[in-house]
Amino acid sequence: MTFLRQTAFAALASLGLGGAAQAVEIEYWQYFFDARVDAMEQLIENFQAANPDITVTMTHFPYADYRTKVAAAIPAGEGPDVVQLFYGWLNDYVEAELIQPLPSDVFPAAKIDAEFFPMVQAMKDGENYWALPTAVRSLALFYNERLFEEAGIESPPETLEEMMEVAAALTKKDGAGNITQVGITAGMTAQDHHWWREGLVRQMGGEPYVDDYKTVNYNSDAGRMAAEFYTNMFMGEDPVTGIGFMDEPQAAFKAGRAGMHIDGSFRIGSLNGVRGLNWGVTELPANADGVRSNYSSYWVNAITTKAEGEKYDAAVKFMEYVTSDEAMQIWLDVVGELPAKPSVGMTDANANDDTFGPFIRGLAYANTTKFANESAQRQLMVEMVERVQLEGMTPADSLAIAAEAEQKILDEYYSE
Amino acid sequence: MTAYRNLTIRQKQIVWAWIFLAVPVLFYVVIRFYPTGNAVLISFQDWNLLGARTWTGLDNYEKLWNDPTFWKVFVNTFEYLIIGTPVSLVLSFVIAYHLDKLRFAHSFIRMLYFLPFMTSAVAMAWVWRWFYQGVPIGLFNNLLASVGIAQIEFLNSTTNALPAVLAPAIWAGLGFQIIIFMAGLRAIPVSYYEAARIDGVGWWTVLTEITIPLLRPTIVFIVVFSSIGFLRIFDHVFNMTTNNPGGPLNSTKPLVLMIYDTAFNAFDMGYAAAQTVVLFTILLIVSLLQLWILRSDR
Repeated sequence: MTFLRQTAFAALASLGLGGAAQAVEIEYWQYFFDARVDAMEQLIENFQAANPDITVTMTHFPYADYRTKVAAAIPAGEGPDVVQLFYGWLNDYVEAELIQPLPSDVFPAAKIDAEFFPMVQAMKDGENYWALPTAVRSLALFYNERLFEEAGIESPPETLEEMMEVAAALTKKDGAGNITQVGITAGMTAQDHHWWREGLVRQMGGEPYVDDYKTVNYNSDAGRMAAEFYTNMFMGEDPVTGIGFMDEPQAAFKAGRAGMHIDGSFRIGSLNGVRGLNWGVTELPANADGVRSNYSSYWVNAITTKAEGEKYDAAVKFMEYVTSDEAMQIWLDVVGELPAKPSVGMTDANANDDTFGPFIRGLAYANTTKFANESAQRQLMVEMVERVQLEGMTPADSLAIAAEAEQKILDEYYSE
Repeated sequence: MTAYRNLTIRQKQIVWAWIFLAVPVLFYVVIRFYPTGNAVLISFQDWNLLGARTWTGLDNYEKLWNDPTFWKVFVNTFEYLIIGTPVSLVLSFVIAYHLDKLRFAHSFIRMLYFLPFMTSAVAMAWVWRWFYQGVPIGLFNNLLASVGIAQIEFLNSTTNALPAVLAPAIWAGLGFQIIIFMAGLRAIPVSYYEAARIDGVGWWTVLTEITIPLLRPTIVFIVVFSSIGFLRIFDHVFNMTTNNPGGPLNSTKPLVLMIYDTAFNAFDMGYAAAQTVVLFTILLIVSLLQLWILRSDR
C-alpha cells in the first residue's frame, strides 16, 4: 500500500500535478533487520504525514553487503540521501567524503551535548556533529527465572561476588563430571568481550584504553585481575561455565540450560519469542564497592554528500525527525533499542520498565569503545582466553600478548 | 571492404573465426581477466572500499611475509591438502573397488555414497557442527558419555579441530570421486583380467599390476581436482566455526577464510588482494605441477 501510494505520488509529482509545489523525494538506506525495517516504516509514515511535500523511500540490504553497496553507490550519485551506519565506521565515511556534517543551526553541538547521552559525543567534530543515533544499546544480565526458583534463589545478583555464588548454585553436572547446565554463559565471541573491556577492567579499577582509545591500557593490574576473574569462571576446581557450551552462549540461555547470560538489549526481541522460557533482566553486577560499568554501542544516521539543494533540506528535516523524542519512543517499542536521549530513556515509565529499565539505567555509566577494527579486536580477546584455556598460559602472559597485538592494530589504523 | 576482398580464403576464414570467437573472448576478458588483473593491481594499493586507492608498493606483501597468522594459515592450507587428498583418494578407491564387484543393491548403495555430494555444504557443515558439540547436545559426545567415556573436544581444541573440520569435507567429496573411479574401473578391458585369471595370478598382483596402473589417468584427474578443492576449502570451515572463524587460535583457518576476513571484516582490500594473489600462485603451481606429471605419463 505504501509502495502504491508512493508510486502514485511520484508519478503525479513528476507530471507537476502533485499537491505541493516542491515535491522532493529522498532515499534512506539501512541494513535489513525485520524490526528495524518495521520501525523505520512507521517513522517514514509519520514524517510524510507531517511533511506532505517530502517522500522518503527506504532501501535495505543484508548486513553482509551493506558497506560495499553504500561505498559503490554514493560516488556514483545513486545512493541514499540519509544513511544508517555503525558508529565505528564514521571515521572511514568522513575520510572518504561520503557523508557531510549536520548543519549547526538545526543541530547545535551544545544542545546535543546537553540532550543526548554523552557517548554520542564520539560523533562530534568541533562545532558540528557528523551523525546522530535514534537508539543505543547497552548490556545487562539476563537470568532464567525458573532455574532461579528451582535453586531457591530469590533475587538476581547485585555484585560480582554474588553472581559467582549464584552461578555455582545453578551449575549442574552429570555422573562423569561433564557440565550439563551452566550457571552463567561464557565466550568472548558473543558480548563478553565488551563486558570484559568496559565492564570488568573498569570495575577492577583500570581503564581499558587511554588517549581516546588509541592506546591499549589493559595490560595492567586491573586488566590482569579482570582476566583472572573471567578465566576462573570456566577453569579451576569447580567451573560454573564452559566456553562453547551448547555452541553459542545465547543458544544455551534460550534452551534453558544457562542460569545467567550477559547480552545486549537487541536480544530482547528474540528471547520474547521463546516458549517456556521465563526470563528476567537486571543491571550488570557491581563490584564490591558498588561500582558499575557498562558498554554501549549504536547505529547512527547521517546525511550523505549526495544530498544537495532541496534534497539536502529534506534530508535535514528527516534527520530532525528520526532523532526526535517521538521517533526514539517508537524505536524502543518496535525494535527494543534504547532511546539515545535521557529525556526519553529516563522517563519513569521507561527507566522502571522491567525489561528495558536495566539497560536504560546502564546507559548512565556506559562507555563506548572506539574500535579500529571491531572483529579483529574481538578476535584478540577470543585468543587471549584460548591461550589460557587450551595452552595453559597464565592470564597475565596471555593478556600481554593480546595488548601488544591490539596496539599494533590501533597504530596501523591511526597512522593513516 | 576492398581490404577484405583482397584476402585469401584462408585469411577470410581466420577473420570469421575471430568474429565468432569475439563474444567468448570478450566475455572472458570482462569477467575473468579484468578482475584478475584488477586484483593484482589492488594488491599493490591501500583501499578500504570507501576512500581513494593509494599506491603502497610492496607493503601488503611485506606485511604478509611478517604476519604470523599468514604462516599459520599457510601451513593449515597445506595440511588440508596433504591429509585430505590422499585420505579421500584411498577411501574412494577402496569403496569404488568393492562397490564395482557388488551386484546386490548396487545402484542404491552408489546413490547413498553420492548423496552427500549433492547436499549443500552449508547444511552439512551445520549438522556436523552439532555432532561435534559437547555434552549435553552433541551426538558423538553424548554417545561417549552414555558408555562412560570422557568427552572429546572436537572443535574447541587446537589439535583436533582441523581433522574434525576436514572429515566432513572429505566425506562430502567422496561420492564424486567414487563415481569417477568406477567409471575408470569399468573402462579397463575385461580381457586383461581374463588373461590374468588364465595365468593364475593372485588378486594382489591383478590390483597392483593391472588395475592401478591402468587407472593412472583417473587417479591424476582426481588428485588434481581434489587438491584444488582442498586448497580452496572455505564453506566447511566457515560454517563449522562461525562463532570463532578459523577455530581456536586459527587452528583451522585456511587461506580463503583469511582473505574473506581481511576483505569483508577488516575492509583491508589491498591486503586481501595480496593474499589472493598468493593463493592464485599456489593453485597455479600445484596445478601446473600435476599437469606436468600427467604429460610425462604419455
